[in-house]
Amino acid sequence: MSPDLLKLIFGRLGLESLPLHEPIVVGTFVVVALGGAALLGGLTYFRLWGYLWREWFTTVDHKRIGIMYMILGIVMLLRGFADALMMRGQQMLAFGGSEGYLNAHHYDQVFTAHGVIMIFFVAMPLVTGLMNYVVPLQIGARDVSFPFLNNFSFWMTVGGAVLVMASLFIGEFARTGWLAYPPLSNIGYSPDVGVDYYIWALQVAGVGTTLSGINLICTIVKLRCPGMTMMKMPVFTWTSLCTNVLIVASFPVLTVVLALLSLDRYVGTNFFTNDFGGSPMMYVNLIWIWGHPEVYILVLPAFGIFSEVTSTFSGKRLFGYTSMVYATVVITILSYLVWLHHFFTMGSGASVNSFFGITTMIISIPTGAKMFNWLFTMYRGRIRYELPMMWTIAFMLTFVIGGMTGVLLAVPPADFVLHNSLFLIAHFHNVIIGGVVFGAFAGINYWFPKAFGFKLDPFWGKMSFWFWVTGFYLAFMPLYVLGLMGVTRRLRVFDDPSLQIWFVIAAIGAVFVFIGILSMLMQFAVSLLKREQLKDVTGDPWDARTLEWATSSPPPDYNFAFTPVVHDNDAWWDMKRRGYQRPLTGFKPIHMPSSTGTGIILAGFATAMGFALVWYMWWLAAVSFIAMLAVGIGHTFNYHRDFDIPAEDVIRTEDARTKLLAGAK
Amino acid sequence: MTIAVNPSQTGEPVFYLADEHPHPEGYSTSLGFWIYLMSDCLIFAILFATYGVLGGNYAAGPAPKDLFDLNLVAVNTSMLLLSSITYGFAMLTMQQNKVAQTQIWLAITGLFGLAFIGIELTEFAHMIHEGATPQRSAFLSAFFTLVGTHGLHVTCGLIWLVTLMVQVGKFGLIEANRRRLMCLSMFWHFLDVVWIGVFTFVYLLGVLR
Repeated sequence: MSPDLLKLIFGRLGLESLPLHEPIVVGTFVVVALGGAALLGGLTYFRLWGYLWREWFTTVDHKRIGIMYMILGIVMLLRGFADALMMRGQQMLAFGGSEGYLNAHHYDQVFTAHGVIMIFFVAMPLVTGLMNYVVPLQIGARDVSFPFLNNFSFWMTVGGAVLVMASLFIGEFARTGWLAYPPLSNIGYSPDVGVDYYIWALQVAGVGTTLSGINLICTIVKLRCPGMTMMKMPVFTWTSLCTNVLIVASFPVLTVVLALLSLDRYVGTNFFTNDFGGSPMMYVNLIWIWGHPEVYILVLPAFGIFSEVTSTFSGKRLFGYTSMVYATVVITILSYLVWLHHFFTMGSGASVNSFFGITTMIISIPTGAKMFNWLFTMYRGRIRYELPMMWTIAFMLTFVIGGMTGVLLAVPPADFVLHNSLFLIAHFHNVIIGGVVFGAFAGINYWFPKAFGFKLDPFWGKMSFWFWVTGFYLAFMPLYVLGLMGVTRRLRVFDDPSLQIWFVIAAIGAVFVFIGILSMLMQFAVSLLKREQLKDVTGDPWDARTLEWATSSPPPDYNFAFTPVVHDNDAWWDMKRRGYQRPLTGFKPIHMPSSTGTGIILAGFATAMGFALVWYMWWLAAVSFIAMLAVGIGHTFNYHRDFDIPAEDVIRTEDARTKLLAGAK
Repeated sequence: MTIAVNPSQTGEPVFYLADEHPHPEGYSTSLGFWIYLMSDCLIFAILFATYGVLGGNYAAGPAPKDLFDLNLVAVNTSMLLLSSITYGFAMLTMQQNKVAQTQIWLAITGLFGLAFIGIELTEFAHMIHEGATPQRSAFLSAFFTLVGTHGLHVTCGLIWLVTLMVQVGKFGLIEANRRRLMCLSMFWHFLDVVWIGVFTFVYLLGVLR
């Protein structure tokens, strides 16, 4: 075939785009390909495709979508953590003239991919998954406001993840750092496909995130069960509401700033260029106007989880519910007023820097109030040290340290010294791991029995806990030290041999965390095998307080046979105290949304379009776009999107539960 | 949430609804669509901000004074404003359940929208022909992106309008279609409001400075 024709069909993509000269990547590819083939083969052999398609891929059930988000987050955690291990290994080895084992081209991709994956495809899916699963149950709803949109949002997030993963084996990923600052990310300095993969992965996933934010706000505002006024909502629902407000009010900014960057790269406009009047600092401002709310998007739901866990495992009502709600709302608002602290060194002048330094310090006040609320909840409580509570206590200790180093960095003169140093790296890992990741693990251990009907194995859970926590301190405390000594981030090789010992300690810490992750996988496997021993038939294994524990575990498709009516903040606790009798008769048909394959098909075309745009395959981009439009419009011609679960089915499900409950007594 | 929560006759607290009515279809749609519009509004806000910051960076190229033809913009603005009025008429006839009139007003709205897009494209073509391309300066990059994004929205609105006309033709003014027409109405008026911002801050102020 003529080169012109090949170029027309494949754009920039050629055999030379495959990283065959990188042995590490080829090795990874072989392992992933074998693993993937085994998985696909297994699914085919056991004839699971039909089941997966009907029951999972096309489902609009918020519970299943929540579980799929969690699986996505955990799978991507393995990828993101592999990158972390590689960096720790490289920095440990590259001393005394050694170049380490990663070349600069590869190393720069590794640290970029690590950041992008951990934030967008690990933390976000874990947080969104928990919100998706828990919020409708906590407010006594049958599903979210827009069930089809929920399915679509999930698959768009998967589409973004697929693009990032594809960049590992087809072409390359960005070498710019996780926020892809121009002018480095502009076409002149990054002419290859890396930044384009970055842009389209985030755009595709970003659409999903924004829509899921709108969906959950509507769900919380419109679908609460009778009696649940705003100030009777569980704290996790409150923090979810604020998080989704933040999502809707910040992700459009990311969408625009990435669109402008792509215009610069594809069309040659001059938004963020050095010449023709462009301003790279405009990009930095805009992306942090999204970026700072983003960290609160991640951590607010975690705060909600800790609130639920603390009150459940202390056997007490949450201390200071009202102040908790106001603290959450204040954090939501303040999170928009601090973005400039990410670049005090830009040179905005003393007054601007002082303003943002002060707002940053102020935001620690509501956070501190929350910390005291948790402590006072525990005070004189009958604390049960189960896994969710252990993660919560680890969070409280760790997050306070991270918060204090954050306040330190909020002082502009101190930041001029510590900007872009490993001190900063240590700080944000301290709050993200200590806050978001520990929160997600607390949530997983807490709500797993709700989702699957059996608890997670405590032994492997504790193994995971101790390795994670000690591993975290081993890995990041040395970075604080190094940062104070002036070591900057993203370095590949070092000259000063006296620094090496700290990197060795950090690498050992990373190995500890790795064992922690393996233990967690082991915990899932062991729990699955021992599910009969770990079984919970009551639906309320922790003697908990909120509405999700009022139904069976796992909950039926319709969540509640009858919509609950609540009278108290701790609705389920109140029901238990006042002698609630589970209704045994009078079941009626229940109206539910039907499954649809449109979400996964649309997201598939969106992903194909992203891939085509990365590689300049214009025809494929056009075809995918038109297909997307056609499928989307076609979907609107379907006016029958729901059905009734017949009363007999409800009776059968509820009778089965009655028998189980009787057997348990 | 509007349901009264009273104790039952026996004085026992009520913990569940024995007789429940599912939320009507589209119960959350208008709220959801409003929130979506606000997120879209943010997109425009950022584009306006970008124009505000970069709009003076002509890079020794043409400035608004050299480029904007206010007469043409005035005609264009009136097209969009008229289309909003005719959409309003479509909604009025929809309330009266008159399918044919609704369709006619929708079609007129679509024609005004098309005229708007046509004039805008002519203006763009003229500017590009004169060398004022989006690549020429940060001002022009910001200008074309802000105005072009609005135009793209109007185009999406037109596709949506045609789709809805087909659906109204096929299924009549059923509840679902009324809801959809209502959403498009909000979208269409929203684009009008954004255009007034564009007209004022980009064109009028541009010619003044």
